Amino acid sequence: MQHSHDTHSHSHDAHHHEEMGFWSKYVFSTDHKVIGIQYGITSLLFLLFGFGLMGLMRWQMAYPGTPIPVFGPILEKLLGSAAAGGVMSADLYNSFGAMHGTIMVFLGVVPLAFAAFGNYVVPLQIGAPDMTFPRLNMASYWLYFLGGIVMLISFFLPGGAAQGGWTSYSPLATIIPTQGQTWWLVGMVLLINSSLLGAVNFLATIIQLRAPGMTWMRLPFFVWAQFVTAFLLLLAFPPLEAAGVMQLMDKVFGCSFFLPTGLMISGKVADVSGGGSPLLWQHLFWFLAHPEVYVLILPGMGIVSEILCNNIRKPIWGYKSLVYSLFAIGFLSFIVWAHHMYMTGMGTAISTFFQTTTLIISIPSVIILTVFFITLWGGSIRFNTQMLFTLAFLVMFGIGGLTGLPLGFNFVDLFLHDSYYVIAHFHYVVAPGTIFALFAGVHYWYPKATGRYMCDFWGRVHFWCSLVFMNIVFFPMFTQGIAGMSRRMYDGGANYSAAANKGLLGALPDSAIYSNVIISIGAWMLMLVQIPFIINFVWSIWKGRKVESDNPWEATTLEWQTPTPPPHGNFAVAPTVHRGPYEYSVPGAASDFIPQNQADTKAKASKS
Amino acid sequence: MEIPYTVNARKDTGLYNAKLGIWLFLASEVMLFGALFSAYILLRVGATPGTWPHGLLNVPLGTLNTIVLIVSSVTVVMAWASLKMKQFGKWRMYQGATLVCALIFLVIKSFEYNDKLTHYEVVTKEGDKFHVYDGHLVQEDKDKIVLHPSAHRLYTARAIAYGFGPEPAGAHAAADHGAKEHSDKHELITIQRSTIEHMENYGPKHHAYLAIYFTLTGLHALHVIGGAIVMAFFFGPGAKMWKTNPEQFTNRIEISGLFWHFVDLVWIFLFPVLYLL
Repeated sequence: MQHSHDTHSHSHDAHHHEEMGFWSKYVFSTDHKVIGIQYGITSLLFLLFGFGLMGLMRWQMAYPGTPIPVFGPILEKLLGSAAAGGVMSADLYNSFGAMHGTIMVFLGVVPLAFAAFGNYVVPLQIGAPDMTFPRLNMASYWLYFLGGIVMLISFFLPGGAAQGGWTSYSPLATIIPTQGQTWWLVGMVLLINSSLLGAVNFLATIIQLRAPGMTWMRLPFFVWAQFVTAFLLLLAFPPLEAAGVMQLMDKVFGCSFFLPTGLMISGKVADVSGGGSPLLWQHLFWFLAHPEVYVLILPGMGIVSEILCNNIRKPIWGYKSLVYSLFAIGFLSFIVWAHHMYMTGMGTAISTFFQTTTLIISIPSVIILTVFFITLWGGSIRFNTQMLFTLAFLVMFGIGGLTGLPLGFNFVDLFLHDSYYVIAHFHYVVAPGTIFALFAGVHYWYPKATGRYMCDFWGRVHFWCSLVFMNIVFFPMFTQGIAGMSRRMYDGGANYSAAANKGLLGALPDSAIYSNVIISIGAWMLMLVQIPFIINFVWSIWKGRKVESDNPWEATTLEWQTPTPPPHGNFAVAPTVHRGPYEYSVPGAASDFIPQNQADTKAKASKS
Repeated sequence: MEIPYTVNARKDTGLYNAKLGIWLFLASEVMLFGALFSAYILLRVGATPGTWPHGLLNVPLGTLNTIVLIVSSVTVVMAWASLKMKQFGKWRMYQGATLVCALIFLVIKSFEYNDKLTHYEVVTKEGDKFHVYDGHLVQEDKDKIVLHPSAHRLYTARAIAYGFGPEPAGAHAAADHGAKEHSDKHELITIQRSTIEHMENYGPKHHAYLAIYFTLTGLHALHVIGGAIVMAFFFGPGAKMWKTNPEQFTNRIEISGLFWHFVDLVWIFLFPVLYLL
């Protein structure tokens, strides 16, 4: 008994981690850095997969009803009659569309932005040895992994994966006669519990494990962004879990939470008790899904602020305004959800309320972007790959944000609702917005995690090509949307085109239909230009240029004051913090940056 | 590697890690149950007038269960206080008492569930006349079933469609089937199986009220079971820690106690909402 107790306490000992086997070191690890990398690689793969689904759908939109070259026969082999003859069926199109949204949001961007970067960077930046609850952290990753597997398996069910859109509106989602939706709900419950464990862990870590001297106003902005994000996940996700449980009850036990009395399905009265409320689902869904938008963007903003300061060698302009804006966004994001529901007929009074809060929330968002732009003023900018992505983020997110304003107005939204304009708007926010910030983050922290740089040349190739094709993909969607093209149409709008409806007023003009082809080619090219990134990412692990020091970007924050890569337990000497996060170019200092843990301004900042 | 503040509180926050963790977790739980309570409100205000049930549940049993849980939240505090005073024997007693309370609660709840699952609404068709019967199933044969009518029943959309809806408020019971139903209240109803068109018990499928009732109380019962499992672990094999690290063990009891209080609190809201209002 005594003996077994001894080995137990030793396994937690730093000296012993070198002897850990492959499984406990790389697979079932409790080290926040390993978990961060696990999250990162898994979510990058999901992003690629989700993008691939859309790549296939784009063929159907550009050339409706024709067999998909190369991939069509593969789809037919894998999924059978849903892709008969290599042509994407309407059901398959619907399920790919629903799963594209689900995978990109819940399995791709959020785990990458929040869980991967947060796990790797936050404990390092606050000077902590690990997360507060390392085992919960591991459980969080494996729940996420399991949720992802459930989602993937659902493609192979008879009838295919969920087809109700990523929003899964009831009654539609409930009455589609496949089990895909049930699996979707089970997958979502797993993902929600994963994010719950993550959120509790992040908050507890940031509150409890800040190094001595790391006061709240000395936190790097990235940590603040993750802090507010964690609060959003903690409080906004449970209502969706409740909604998910209720929809599951509807699916499995035949309840009527979201099914109204007298519901007709295919001309017959459905065998349900009724008395449910379809609006209830939408309220609960958007109560999560609007804060979720900020979950998508805030970590990106955090990454941008780090890279911005580092590459213009200046402190951030208006640090406190940034932090307070963040809190304002966090709070307001809980009371804007019903601006997704203007078309439901919930009443003008309620619409007006949500229109007002929606316009108010644009103020802190604009403050944040303005602060970033003013920070650039008078800087001497280092144009490396991560900086290029960061600068592009500022402009692209700007386009995404400003095009959102018309949607916030009830009366304009009546025309734009559910059109390609909406698609263009939120993809500008998330794709060249958040995902560019994430690419920047990968390039920025890669040397810390691996000890090697990613290739700058191929990074630039990846950047410029991605920038061009992103815009070719998403910009025409604004005009398509204004022309009246509705989203989620199986034939890319051909049925409603002027060509098919001679002389009909308001039919889709040829230009809108033809844009489909341009967008599709842009999307496939965009996919192609991710290859340099993938090769660069993998190749650099073993063959990249080695870093010359532990602090290759000459940064001030604590994650660069560790050995490279940081060992289990992170810091060689527990750090004490003496100053704010961005002390670049301090007048009279010996070097142009002063690390947070350096007490003496006159001393030359050590690079290792 | 040692993670700080796992046992002792951090000076500026006054909390040890797990205590902060459980409070954050409970905040999330509030949102979870909050959403379900909102669903309850929306379903109730959206219900056809007269179809939302009153007095369907057994109030004395619910009251008893409320008392059981309140007692358990006292014993759970006493358990923690005993450990704080280093009285391990007393702790054992209180911890055991809490577990017994959890068990009693679940047993009573399962009787209540059983009562609903044996309550049936039966639609019969004789010739071209439909009739809707309602009551607890007391006897079941190959060719007939026997129902015992209950004092309280639900009016489903199906029953209303067959003309067996709630009597409009203020209208006197002129209709003969209303008067007949009243006099039938205490007599057993025998129904031939061959006449049965549709038969459905008071499960979650039957009515929006039952759906939210089973979901809310089922989720709550899962919380009770989860909490009881953790506390049973501390009562049994987990208690070894008292010898090696009494402070951390006391913390664990405090954490499980906080969770238990939350579970009690949810019931304090569930009881009036589902039983009394």
